[in-house]
Amino acid sequence: MTAMIASLTPTTTWYLVLAAVLFGIGTVGVLVRRNPLVMFMCIELMLNAVNLSFVALAKRLGDIGGQTTVFFVMVVAAAEVVVGLGIIVAIMRRRPGATADDISVLKG
Amino acid sequence: MEFVVFVLASAMILVGAVGVIVRSHPVHAALSLILTLFGVAVLFVAQEAHFLAVVQVIVYAGAIVVLFLFVIMLLGVDRTEDITAEPFRIQRPLAAIIGVGVVGLVAASVVAARNAVALRGDGLSIAEETGDHDSNIRQLARSIFGDYVVAFEITSVLLVVAVVGTVVLTRRMRSSDDSSTGSRAQGA
Repeated sequence: MTAMIASLTPTTTWYLVLAAVLFGIGTVGVLVRRNPLVMFMCIELMLNAVNLSFVALAKRLGDIGGQTTVFFVMVVAAAEVVVGLGIIVAIMRRRPGATADDISVLKG
Repeated sequence: MEFVVFVLASAMILVGAVGVIVRSHPVHAALSLILTLFGVAVLFVAQEAHFLAVVQVIVYAGAIVVLFLFVIMLLGVDRTEDITAEPFRIQRPLAAIIGVGVVGLVAASVVAARNAVALRGDGLSIAEETGDHDSNIRQLARSIFGDYVVAFEITSVLLVVAVVGTVVLTRRMRSSDDSSTGSRAQGA
């Protein structure tokens, strides 16, 4: 039994399927939750799923470019979080306790 | 060994991800997100992306989640919300169908393409094979500061724009009585 487990090595396909599941959970979260902060966290989940598949494919294809892409995705994700949380703070200040349904109409 | 690492890290990732969407308290959701991000960092190490694993822990689990927690505390939304109520009746079944569909399609195509011929790049230097433990960070640096140096420079513009934009967005607009007290103070 132990030898059988030791002989199993996770291939790139396993990583990609795991990334797909993580992406799916993030999608469901964005569709179901109404708290804008939690929706934002679900977007982070989806970004991480894509990062994971980039890294797995960088190993599989022997190309460092995949890891470079993940580096840039992280930078853009950080900038996106800063701007997004700024918008959420501005909205919440105007109307406390707003959910995604309350801000569906973009008028002041 | 690698299998055990993969299973444990996957369990961390999936438990954390499910926690993010089912926890009704936003702080608990943020803490579940940390669990997921650490799991992804573990898999980065397993896939020879040592530098990215460090950045993942420092930037994501460190900076971004702390930023989330700061905003949760700042807005005072750190209370349990009722997520059992369902405003639209078909929303959750529809979301479940879309989620299963996305996962099914991507997983099916990945499994179908598992034997696809790999277009080999220059080759990723594996620390265990070369015996050079800095090889990943050196190779990544050569890529970022060589092939992608223009993108790297433009990134700095992006960060400056993001910082300035956030300051403008969250700055409190001075209301009329604020300005009147200001002018009075100036007059005095």
